[in-house]
Amino acid sequence: MTAFSAPSDHRSLLTPRPGSRGRKIRSVVASGLITLAFFVALVPLVAVVLYVIQQGADQLNWAFLTDPIPIDRAFGPGMGPAVAGTLLITGAASMMAIPLGVLGGIYLNEYGGRGVLARVIRFLAEVMTGVPSVVMGLFIYTFVVLQTKEPNAFAGALALACLMMPIVIRTTDEMLRLVPGELREGSYALGSRKSRTIRTVVLPSAAPGIISGALLAVARAAGETAPLIFTIGIVSETNWSLFNGPNTALSAQIYRNALSPFPGAQERAWGAALTLILIVFIFTVLARLVTAFFSRRQTA
Amino acid sequence: MTMTEDTTANVALVTTGVETPIPQVSTPDESLPPEPPEEGRELVFQVRDLEVRYSGHTAVREVDLDIAANEITAFIGPSGCGKTTVLRVLNRMHDITPGAKVFGRVTYHGEDLYSSKVDSAEVRRRIGMVFQKPNPFPKTIFDNVAYGPKINGRKRSEMADIVEHALTRAALWDEVKDKLKHSGLSLSGGQQQRLCIARAIAVEPDVVLMDEPCSALDPIATARIEDLMEELKREFTIVIVTHNMQQAARVSDRTAFFTAEVDDEGRRVGRLVEFDVTEKLFTAPSDARTEGYITGRFG
Amino acid sequence: MTTLAPPQPDALEPAPEPHGLRDGGRRRGVAGDHLFRWLALLGGLMVLVVLGLIAYSTTTKALPWFRKEGLGAVFSDNWDPAHHHFGALALVYGTFLVGALALLLAVPVSIGIALFVTEVAPRRLARPVIYIVDLLAAIPSVVYGLWAIFVLLDPLANLFSVVSSATADIPILKTLFANPSATGRSYMTAGIIVAIMITPIITSITREVFATTPASLKEAAYGLGSTKWEMIRGAVFPHSRGGVVSAVMIGLGRAIGETIAVALVIGASQNISLHLLGPGDTMASAIVLQFGEASGTYRSALIGLGVVLFALTILVGMAARGLVARVDRKTGAVA
Repeated sequence: MTAFSAPSDHRSLLTPRPGSRGRKIRSVVASGLITLAFFVALVPLVAVVLYVIQQGADQLNWAFLTDPIPIDRAFGPGMGPAVAGTLLITGAASMMAIPLGVLGGIYLNEYGGRGVLARVIRFLAEVMTGVPSVVMGLFIYTFVVLQTKEPNAFAGALALACLMMPIVIRTTDEMLRLVPGELREGSYALGSRKSRTIRTVVLPSAAPGIISGALLAVARAAGETAPLIFTIGIVSETNWSLFNGPNTALSAQIYRNALSPFPGAQERAWGAALTLILIVFIFTVLARLVTAFFSRRQTA
Repeated sequence: MTMTEDTTANVALVTTGVETPIPQVSTPDESLPPEPPEEGRELVFQVRDLEVRYSGHTAVREVDLDIAANEITAFIGPSGCGKTTVLRVLNRMHDITPGAKVFGRVTYHGEDLYSSKVDSAEVRRRIGMVFQKPNPFPKTIFDNVAYGPKINGRKRSEMADIVEHALTRAALWDEVKDKLKHSGLSLSGGQQQRLCIARAIAVEPDVVLMDEPCSALDPIATARIEDLMEELKREFTIVIVTHNMQQAARVSDRTAFFTAEVDDEGRRVGRLVEFDVTEKLFTAPSDARTEGYITGRFG
Repeated sequence: MTTLAPPQPDALEPAPEPHGLRDGGRRRGVAGDHLFRWLALLGGLMVLVVLGLIAYSTTTKALPWFRKEGLGAVFSDNWDPAHHHFGALALVYGTFLVGALALLLAVPVSIGIALFVTEVAPRRLARPVIYIVDLLAAIPSVVYGLWAIFVLLDPLANLFSVVSSATADIPILKTLFANPSATGRSYMTAGIIVAIMITPIITSITREVFATTPASLKEAAYGLGSTKWEMIRGAVFPHSRGGVVSAVMIGLGRAIGETIAVALVIGASQNISLHLLGPGDTMASAIVLQFGEASGTYRSALIGLGVVLFALTILVGMAARGLVARVDRKTGAVA
C-alpha cells in the first residue's frame, strides 16, 4: 500500500493552460506600447530642437548676438539687446533669489524643523511653485511698475526672482535634509556654533545638490516670457542699466516676432530661439554634471 | 537566468545526502518508526549538480535532491548557506533577479524546468510560493485570493466559491468571512500569512514553496500554520525553508541540511551536506556537520 | 529617511573659555550666530511676504472688476471689452477644456514612459531616458509656441478639416469636430502643445512612485504566475494609485497656468463651444494677449483673471492632496 495519494493531474510544462498564450501576447503587446510611449515623447523633443537648429543656425553670428534690433520689416541680424537683457535680468534675479532661497531653505531644515512656522512656510513654498508665471508678472506690474510708472529690467528681475525663490528654497530644504545628523553632531562636539556648523560643514556637504537646483532654477527663469512682458517694456538698443529705462529679453522678443508677419522678424525669432535654447541647455547640463561629478566624489 | 544544458540525466547519479535504497550506517532500531516505503514515491523535482551564481559569485553549489509528491521537504541550515537560493531555483524566481545564473539540471515531473522552451510564468502557475514576510496585495481580502484565479481565466461566477474554498483550506475562512471586502493589510501578521497561503493555493498549484513562512510570526500563529501544512500536504507537495530546526523536525517528512563554507576569497558558498528522512537525519545523521548543527554546536 | 530636526545647538553650547580675551570673542561669536539665524528666518519669511503681497495687490487692483460684475465676473459668459462687459465664464471654460485635453493626451504617454523606465527598459537605459524626457521640460514655452506656429498649424488645419468632414455624420463626434479652425489655431492645438509641456513633470512623479513598489509585492505577483503586464496591473498600479492621482493633479495645475504657448496657438476667441477643433481662449492667454490695449476696468478685469487663476491653482493643489489621501486610505496602501 502506498502511503501517498495519487499524483496531481498535471500537464507538461510545454503545454500551457488554455489562455496562457493570450496572456503572454497581451504582456508583450503591453511592453511594446510602453516602449512606444517613450518614442512618442521623443518625437516632439527631436522635432523642436532640430527645427530650431535648422532655422536658427544661419542666424547665429557675432553680429546677431550684439547688433541692435532692426525694425520688424527689415531683414538682417540683431538681437544684441535681447541677449544682454536676458543675461542682465536673469543674472539679477539669480542674485536675489538664490541667496534668499538658500537662506530660507537653511531656516526650514536647520532652525524650523517641525515647528508651525516651518510647516506653514514649506506648504506655502510648494503653493508658490505652482503659481503661474503670468500671475507673478501681474503682481510685479501692480506692485512695482504702477508705482514707479516705468518698466525696467529690475522689475523683470523681481518677477523672475519670485518664480525662482520657492524652487531654490525647496531644493535646499531637501538637500540639507539628506545631510546626516552625525556630521552636525561632530561639528558641535568640536565647539562650533550652529551658524558656523552650517556654513562650514552642512552647506558644503549639501552644496552639489543645492547648486544643481539653483542652476535648474536659473535655466527655467531664463526661458520665462510672461513675467517679463508686463514688467520690462521693450527696446531696440542694448540697455545695461537695471533701473533706468525699459529693456528686452530673448523670450520676449521671440514672443513678439512669432506674431509678426514679417519674415525678417521671424528669422530673428528663430535665431533668438536657438540662442535661448542653448543658454537653457547649458545650464541644465551643467546642473547634471555638478550632481554627477560630486556624487561620484562623495561615494568614491 | 541562463541554464547550461548538462547532459547528466541519470537518476542514478547521486552524491552525498540523497537517499539510497540501502540503509547505511545504523541498523533499524525499535524506537524508530518504520521508514516510508520507497516504491511508489512519485518524484516531483530532481535536482542534479545545481549551482547558483549571483553576479559571478557562487552562492551555492553541488546540490542534488529529489523531492517527492505529497511530502513536506524541509531545507535547514545556518544563514547564508543557500537554502532560499535553492528554493527559488524550483520556481525559477531567479529569472527576475538580475545577475543571477543557474547551472545544473532541474527536472519537474521528468521535464527540464529550465528548458528555453518553457515559459517561467507557466512554471510559477504550477509551483507557488509563500514568502518570508507576508506580502498581501494592497487590495481587499477577496481580491487577494481571487487575483491568481482571475488571471488564470476562471470565470467571475466561480470566483466566490474558489475564494471560500481556498480560505477554508488555509484555515482563515471563519475569521474573515464577514470582512472579505476589508483590505488584506488590515489583518494581523499571522492572518496575512494565511491569506498569502490561501492566495497561493487558490490557483491549484502542484507544489507550494515556503520561504521561512513563520519567521515573522508569533508562536501561536506559527503553530497554526504548521498544523495547516499537515493538511495541505495531502493535496500539494510542500518544500519549506526554515531556520527553526524543531519546526523541521515536527513538520517535514524529509530534510535537507545545508551549510556554508568559506572559499579561497573568503566568501561563503553554500552546499548541501545531507538529505534524508527527517526522523533519521535528526536522530542518526550520517554527516558530522549535520550532527554538529542539530546538537547546537554551531549554526 | 533621515530625521527632520537637527539636534538643538543650545544644549551643545561650548563650555565657557577661561581666558579674558576669549570672552569678547565668544560674545561676538554668539551675536554672529544670532545674526545668521535671523538672516535665515528672513529668507523663509520672504515666502510669506511675497505670497501675501501677491494676494493683496492683485486682489485690490482687481476689485473694480468684481465690483462691476459681481459673481458674473466668473460665472457669466459675456466677454465683450468693447462694450465694457467682462464676464469670464468662457475663459474659465477654455482653461479647463485645454487642461482636460492636455491631460487626456499626456497622462497615458507619461505613464507609459514611467513604466518603460521602471519595468520594461534594461537598467542601463533608465538614466539616459530620464535625461531625455527632462530635456523636454527645459525647452521654454515660447519656443514651443514658435515651433507650433510654423510647423504644426498648417498640417493640423488640414488634419482638422479631414477629421471634421469624416465625422460629419457620426452623432457625438460631429459636434466635437465641427467648425474646424482654418488657421489651425484651436483648443485641440493648445491641448497638444500643453500636453507636450506637462509630460515631463507627470512622468517624473509617476516614475518615482512606480519605482517605490516593494519588491515583495512584485514577487508575490510573479510567484502566482503573472506575466509582466499582469504584475504591473496587480502590484505596481494598485500600489501607485495615490501617486498617479497626485501626478495628474500637478499636471493639471501646470496646464492651467500655461500662458505663452497657449496664447500663440489658441485663436483668441472667447466662446463656450464644444468644437474642439475650433478656436478658443483661456484665462492666462487672454491676460497676455489683451493686456497691452487694456485700461481701467478692462485692465482690472485682466488682473482679476490672474487672481482667479491663482486661486484655481491653489484649489487644484489642495484637491490633489485630498484625493491622494482618500485613495490611499481605500486601498490600505502605505504611503
